[in-house]
Amino acid sequence: AGKSKVDEDILDELEEILISSDVGVDTTVRIIERIEKRVEEDKFLGTAELNRILKEEISALLQENNKGEYDTWELPKSDYPYVIMVVGVNGVGKTTTIGKLAHQFKQSGRKVMLGAADTFRAAAVQQLHIWADRVQVPIVDQGMGADPASVAFETLTKAKQEGIDVVIIDTAGRLHNKINLMNELSKIKRVMDRVIPDAPHEILLVLDGSTGQNAFEQAKQFTLATEVNALAITKLDGTAKGGVVIGVSDQFKIPVKYIGIGEAMTDLQVFNRDEFVDSLFN
Amino acid sequence: MFENLNERLERSFQLLKGHGKITEINVAETLKDVRRALLDADVNFKIAKSFTATVKEKALGQNVLTSLKPNQLMVKIVHDELAELMGGENVDIDIKGNPAVILIAGLQGSGKTTFSGKLAHLLKTKRSKNPLLVAGDVYRPAAIDQLHVLGEQIGVPVYSDKDNKNPVKIAEAAIKEAKAKGYDLVIVDTAGRLAVDEEMMKEIEAVKKAIKPSEILFVVDSMTGQDAVNTAKEFNDRLDFDGVVLTKLDGDTRGGAALSIRSVVDKPIKFVGTGEKMEALDVFHPSRMADRILGM
Ligand SMILES: Nc1nc2c(ncn2[C@@H]2O[C@H](COP(=O)(O)OP(=O)(O)OP(=O)(O)O)[C@@H](O)[C@H]2O)c(=O)[nH]1
Ligand SMILES: Nc1nc2c(ncn2[C@@H]2O[C@H](COP(=O)(O)OP(=O)(O)OP(=O)(O)O)[C@@H](O)[C@H]2O)c(=O)[nH]1
Ligand SMILES: [K+]
Ligand SMILES: [Mg+2]
Ligand SMILES: [Mg+2]
Repeated sequence: AGKSKVDEDILDELEEILISSDVGVDTTVRIIERIEKRVEEDKFLGTAELNRILKEEISALLQENNKGEYDTWELPKSDYPYVIMVVGVNGVGKTTTIGKLAHQFKQSGRKVMLGAADTFRAAAVQQLHIWADRVQVPIVDQGMGADPASVAFETLTKAKQEGIDVVIIDTAGRLHNKINLMNELSKIKRVMDRVIPDAPHEILLVLDGSTGQNAFEQAKQFTLATEVNALAITKLDGTAKGGVVIGVSDQFKIPVKYIGIGEAMTDLQVFNRDEFVDSLFN
Repeated sequence: MFENLNERLERSFQLLKGHGKITEINVAETLKDVRRALLDADVNFKIAKSFTATVKEKALGQNVLTSLKPNQLMVKIVHDELAELMGGENVDIDIKGNPAVILIAGLQGSGKTTFSGKLAHLLKTKRSKNPLLVAGDVYRPAAIDQLHVLGEQIGVPVYSDKDNKNPVKIAEAAIKEAKAKGYDLVIVDTAGRLAVDEEMMKEIEAVKKAIKPSEILFVVDSMTGQDAVNTAKEFNDRLDFDGVVLTKLDGDTRGGAALSIRSVVDKPIKFVGTGEKMEALDVFHPSRMADRILGM
């Protein structure tokens, strides 16, 4: 005979696992409530089933990537370059993720160009240059201190002329509570669709996998400033689980596209929901 | 985005009007609110648990003074306990040696290089030191250039050697240079590393062994979540660091990692980073940090 209630101890344990993975109290409570409801309806039988239900419920909160999760490094076909603008707070791994993305796109036969629109952080342009050299893709820069919107404009113009498939624009790290810097980001974005219609097509918000609940505020403010439509979560090669992304993805309806798992060129993966959810329980 | 503790407690105490004392019965709901506030602030799960237990003990039997509403009294108890845990005596950094050697360590992107520059600037301008910065990160693209740019901004020389891939040798050579040229302070920036990266952790142990720093500072991003305890503990086990630096406090994170780290390694938080500029460095204020964690 099945029971209709989940054991209190199991729920406590589940709560600890989820909170300790940075899932946050709200999302944890929601997950637990959904499980309790499912168990009432389905009449829970064993631990194996509970685990399955649990993973299903968490997966359901993670937005599906509209291009599907299996088509790894696919990009939509178009006459224009596909433009990705990369944003996020300081030090999360934006520039590194750009280097890795450039590598992947190049490997899949695309012509890639980088734009060095972080003209602020010490040696940011040099850092992107080293990545461009490593991956062997062209880069547009106007040096340190240049107007980032102007760098973005020039990069897109060149990319169009040269028949580039994918353009990736680096931006300076900025904390989301700095209004001027957020306005600057909106401006960089606006300038782009004067060159290429609807560019940037992808606004990728990079979240550090070790970040806690502040990621919600980051997602909120960057979305307000730039209409973020993809997430990357980095540094998952450490012990941090990155669980906050579950609530972020759900609340802002943004898919997680990529995960960073190291500092090397090849340490980027397309996000896999099942693997991610499994990793919370390992 | 998260409600602060006072607002939360105000709500739960409204249900409990007429209590003149904090009792077992009325404290239960309140403690839930306290725990919730701590978890929203990224205080580690286990530490939040033990903290609420301590607060419970302190709160039980306390008479609610007429001047303080019960929620205010509870907030005060929580705040003071937080501040006490994170505070204690202010411990200065050790810059007595000649040269004094300071080693900087932490995860990737936490703010080590920026902090190295800020610290050199502070000690140069406020404590009349003559510092030499050392580019000990041989991995991150343009890490050496980055430190040179900062050094130039603050007028502090930077020792680097682009042909040398061994941070131990670089640090040793830098100290030799400092002695020869009369620099009385050496700040060694290092590459970001994960605590689970055995090779990299061994490397920084070797740097420590070779240069015998008088001060090792662990730099941590204040937005860090639950993992802060693991990282701090691992780095402390390896390096027995002297203090913690919390960066990016100019953001709006509550920064509960400060409490977690302090509880787990019992090392003082010595500095906070409050911006990207070289001047944006402050000493740590436990009471302000307690307010912040509680969202006050
Ligand atoms: N372990 C690990 N380190 C990473 C990962 N992604 C980036 N990093 C490291 O994190 C640090 C910061 O990365 P950057 O790419 O410079 O970050 P950013 O967001 O561009 O930084 P700013 O431009 O200063 O805001 C570097 O040391 C990277 O090597 C990752 O997935 N795993
Ligand atoms: N807003 C703000 N940004 C900071 C602060 N400290 C550092 N940063 C920024 O955070 C990012 C990372 O800083 P770095 O000093 O390069 O960090 P790091 O620890 O040396 O990084 P790795 O060497 O790659 O491990 C840069 O964009 C810095 O400008 C701070 O207190 N406030
Ligand atoms: K970080
Ligand atoms: Mg960058
Ligand atoms: Mg550095």
